[in-house]
Amino acid sequence: MAVSTLGQPKRAKSLVNRFKPGDWVFTTLAGAAAAIVALVIVGLFWQLFAQSREAIGHAGIGFVTSTTWDPSHETFGVLAFVAGTVITSVFALVFATIIAVLVALFLVEIAPQRVARPVSYLVELLAAIPSVVYGLWGIFVMGVFIRDHFGPVVTSTLGWIPVFDGTPLITGLFSACIILTIMILPTVMAVSRDVIAAVPSSQREGILALGATRWEAIRIAVLPYARSGVMGAAILGLARAVGETLAVTLVIGNSVKLPENIFSPAYTMASVIANQFPEATGLHRSALLEVALLLLVITFFINVVARLLVWRVTKGQRAMVQE
Amino acid sequence: MSEVRTKVPEVANGRGEAPRLAPDVAPGGANGREHERRVTIEVENLQAYYGSKHAVADVSMQIYANSVTALIGPSGCGKSTLIRCFNRMHEFVQGARVDGKVLLDGSDIYAAGVDPARVRQRVGMVFQKPNPFPTMSIAENVAAGLRFLGVRNKSEIGDRVERALKDASLWEDVKNDLKKPGIALSGGQQQRLCIARAIAVEPDVVLMDEPCSALDPIATLKIEDLMRVLAERYTIVVVTHNMQQAARVSDFTAYMLAAEDRVGRLIEYRRTEDLFTRPRDKRTEDYISGRFG
Repeated sequence: MAVSTLGQPKRAKSLVNRFKPGDWVFTTLAGAAAAIVALVIVGLFWQLFAQSREAIGHAGIGFVTSTTWDPSHETFGVLAFVAGTVITSVFALVFATIIAVLVALFLVEIAPQRVARPVSYLVELLAAIPSVVYGLWGIFVMGVFIRDHFGPVVTSTLGWIPVFDGTPLITGLFSACIILTIMILPTVMAVSRDVIAAVPSSQREGILALGATRWEAIRIAVLPYARSGVMGAAILGLARAVGETLAVTLVIGNSVKLPENIFSPAYTMASVIANQFPEATGLHRSALLEVALLLLVITFFINVVARLLVWRVTKGQRAMVQE
Repeated sequence: MSEVRTKVPEVANGRGEAPRLAPDVAPGGANGREHERRVTIEVENLQAYYGSKHAVADVSMQIYANSVTALIGPSGCGKSTLIRCFNRMHEFVQGARVDGKVLLDGSDIYAAGVDPARVRQRVGMVFQKPNPFPTMSIAENVAAGLRFLGVRNKSEIGDRVERALKDASLWEDVKNDLKKPGIALSGGQQQRLCIARAIAVEPDVVLMDEPCSALDPIATLKIEDLMRVLAERYTIVVVTHNMQQAARVSDFTAYMLAAEDRVGRLIEYRRTEDLFTRPRDKRTEDYISGRFG
């Protein structure tokens, strides 16, 4: 056997701590990146607050309790916009989540691979369509359909209920609700699908072995296991719905009055900022920045509530689950 | 429900198939009880496939009531596939299918018009890793299968939960914590919870697919003791990769092996004592003496 000519192989000798440049650079860079994120949030809050101070001093609490928004008379009340944002977002949240979970269950539990893949891909494609395209489709296709077909049927059958008794137009609250539902559907569906697919097969087999049918297995084992993840998916969708601006601005009708029924033209907080900011000066501008501040606070609040909800649901079912 | 009674030696001799697929009774070892055993499951010429892959071929065997039957063999020999054919869990894998017959108390569970969910109410299953439902309490876990039987009465549910937990020797551990989540228990307790869940619906057969492979030795011994006790009321079929376990707990042992074609076949099926002490097939002997596997 040949004798090695390389001499002693390299071994560790000293135990003394040495300077490790790679570690130092990595720690510093990662820390800086984290700090920047925090600074952006704090800076955003501070700037919005500083620039809306004039409006806060002017309108006081009336800003959020009044429904009169009249920049020419320097009256600023945003309740109608808040209502528009809340109604459209909650509607979209509820309907998109229901549809998304059904689609996700179909893709994961029922459809064979050769169907599931293309359908999945198509739904995700919805997320790639630009907002303005949704808005234009909403006006020219969906809006017209609502005005000519869907609206009249609703008002003639359900018109005795006040919220359904209106004049269907191309644009309005209902159009915005539908557009938002379609727009957040891909996000909620994709996350729900992944969450449901991640339910261990041992859970399905466990309930099936007790004599469950397929639907019973979904209801008793799959959905409860996935519920915290599905809630997370819904919250992601809600955040998108609250912030969505362009498509909603195109279809909601842009009326500063509090909506009276589902077909009324309305406004959302994001839309009013987008529409009026370019021409706004002075107090008007400051008031719009206060709307932005309020929007940021609401989004922040939604996220905190969502985290609490998810935390409450997952409490006790964390790491102990055996995959 | 037809009751198939058969004298064990007659089965072995009368059919005269090779390899011998019915456990034979050794001349000196026969006692009155073992002469006559009721057949719970009769497997006739079973073939199991995953898509185009033939996984298990030509299995015919009888599984006897109130006994523990062990399926042993090296990895990939088809023992888990076979046991999953006994309660129609096999078909949940996409492309999986079965040919042949599996008679449960005389009626074929693969016959047209049979509802697999109802088969599973009579043939329960315990899995390799404990799989309690994480969103349910201990009591809810045990009661999970009762609703499929239409048991809705609260006090009846409570009684059956208590009885199942006692039978699974878990009652003393959890009687004050019935509302706690099932996954808060230790691994061995979780597996006994899963056994309680399976027997709460009063099945005829309990299938166990390597029920101890995720457990420590002490928890394993508890489950093994439990199998012996449960065999007084249920028919137990257990898949195990552990030959000592098969020798300790089972009355009958089936040895399976996949040859070069990777299709699993039943090599030898006899009383446990005989299979381990006087194997007839060279391949069985090689396996139990540790010469391969």
